[in-house]
Amino acid sequence: MIAQTTEPFTIEQFYKFIAQGKLMAGKCQKCGKIHLPPRPLCDKCYSQVFTWILMPSKGKLVTYTVIHVAPQQFQDIAPYAIGIVQFENGVKLPGRIIDVPHAQIQVGMNLTVGFTTCDNTQPWPQWSRYYFKPL
Amino acid sequence: MKGKPLVSIVSAGLSKFGKNEGFHGRELFAQAVKEAFDRCPRLEPKRDVKAMFVGHMGESYEHQGHMGATTADWIGLLNIPATRTEAACASSGAALRSGVYAVLSGLADVVLVGGVEKMTHRTTAEVTEYLAMASDYPFEQWHGITFPGLYALMATAHMHKYGTTEAQMAQVAVKNHHHGTLNPKAHLQKEITLEKALASRPVATPLKVFDCSLITDGASCVILTKPELASKLTDHSVHIIGTGQASDTIGLYERETLTSLKAAKTAAKTACAMAQVKPEDIDVAEVHDCFTIAEIIAYEDLGFCKVGEGGKLAENGETRLGEHLPVNTSGGLKAKGHPVGATGTAQAYEIYLQLTGQAEQRQVKNAKTGLTHNVGGSGATATVHIYRSNQ
Repeated sequence: MIAQTTEPFTIEQFYKFIAQGKLMAGKCQKCGKIHLPPRPLCDKCYSQVFTWILMPSKGKLVTYTVIHVAPQQFQDIAPYAIGIVQFENGVKLPGRIIDVPHAQIQVGMNLTVGFTTCDNTQPWPQWSRYYFKPL
Repeated sequence: MKGKPLVSIVSAGLSKFGKNEGFHGRELFAQAVKEAFDRCPRLEPKRDVKAMFVGHMGESYEHQGHMGATTADWIGLLNIPATRTEAACASSGAALRSGVYAVLSGLADVVLVGGVEKMTHRTTAEVTEYLAMASDYPFEQWHGITFPGLYALMATAHMHKYGTTEAQMAQVAVKNHHHGTLNPKAHLQKEITLEKALASRPVATPLKVFDCSLITDGASCVILTKPELASKLTDHSVHIIGTGQASDTIGLYERETLTSLKAAKTAAKTACAMAQVKPEDIDVAEVHDCFTIAEIIAYEDLGFCKVGEGGKLAENGETRLGEHLPVNTSGGLKAKGHPVGATGTAQAYEIYLQLTGQAEQRQVKNAKTGLTHNVGGSGATATVHIYRSNQ
């Protein structure tokens, strides 16, 4: 767990950490709720005091799909796999699943987080991405 | 207020749903409104209609925002408040709800609520992108998650948890396509077989082409008034006796469960309590089958079956026309089509026809109590309305 309390608890900051290869969440100092994505106002207790915590890197796949019909900007990589991963602390996050044949993807499989630098030329906003891959 | 009429629907209109080439959204809206005016000759629109709420999801399709004033202009109702409501695919469910507020507030005796979307002139990739705008941008759209993708994530979770099958999902499509053959205004009016549905190409696994609703142009409206004024305007009115609306997290991933829509359950509970109606009292329902799995989840969220048994209900045929709980007699979003902003009041249109005995070849016999269930996005908005015949 690392505390970096000077950074704002925003989506923009979350993705700045992603660009640094870190999956970070906000933790409410008052009620303890973990926010992924971070929020500047706790939706549970309305506190505005948080600390940054480093998320566990491993989680289990809760559900998945392979997307064949894609929006324009993703057509080059279709079909691609998307999943929702639940980390050891109970928090869930969606993202792409890579480095595994689609037929081998299963609910319950263990996945770990990886990172890419921004490779997209779309107009605002554009960020680096995290993704999920087998251990 | 329990069990009492909140407002009355005195008329309703629907444009032809489908590929309405050469027509703008506002022109389709005028078609729907003309039908509603014609069905209610004692209404003098310019004198009586005091407010409008119009559901419209996206400016991107026609490069046209400000749809409240635009539609008011095209139906000759200037000088009254006309406001667009936006709640993704529940935009006109929210318009209906807003109309109920307006009438109950006493500020407007007669309110026209409706919805419109013009979609088919855009490519599938464009429509996929515009629809995805109703999901979370930074964590869903940014990673390439589409709308079929979000419902596919729910479908995989439902299959894993309850053993729901692709064939059960396909049965929803077979049923709704059958109902669509009985609706001359439906986008598609042809039967499909289970084999054809199961063999269709993948969109977002396990969802295939025949698990998805249609990209459609269309408009719909209903006219609301105070219950005590209804008989002055028409001999064919329907009461709204319950209304519910709720919100949930914009991101699907933040929810405790991925196999149920909490906003829909909350909206249904609120509406049923207000109406003093139980799920078994419903004679006919229009539910938000944007994807076949969505109808299965709706069965469970609305209490039409036990949690986890929606797939079995789809399979055993009890929700077909002629059985005890016909669902989506219009053909649903699956066959009638899903011009997103128009869907909520198109559902209300079908229930209006059913409860006034005007649904012709798809009429549910002795239908007295109806329900509509309209979902926005992956369930961040849901509206439920309950209706009672005034015959």
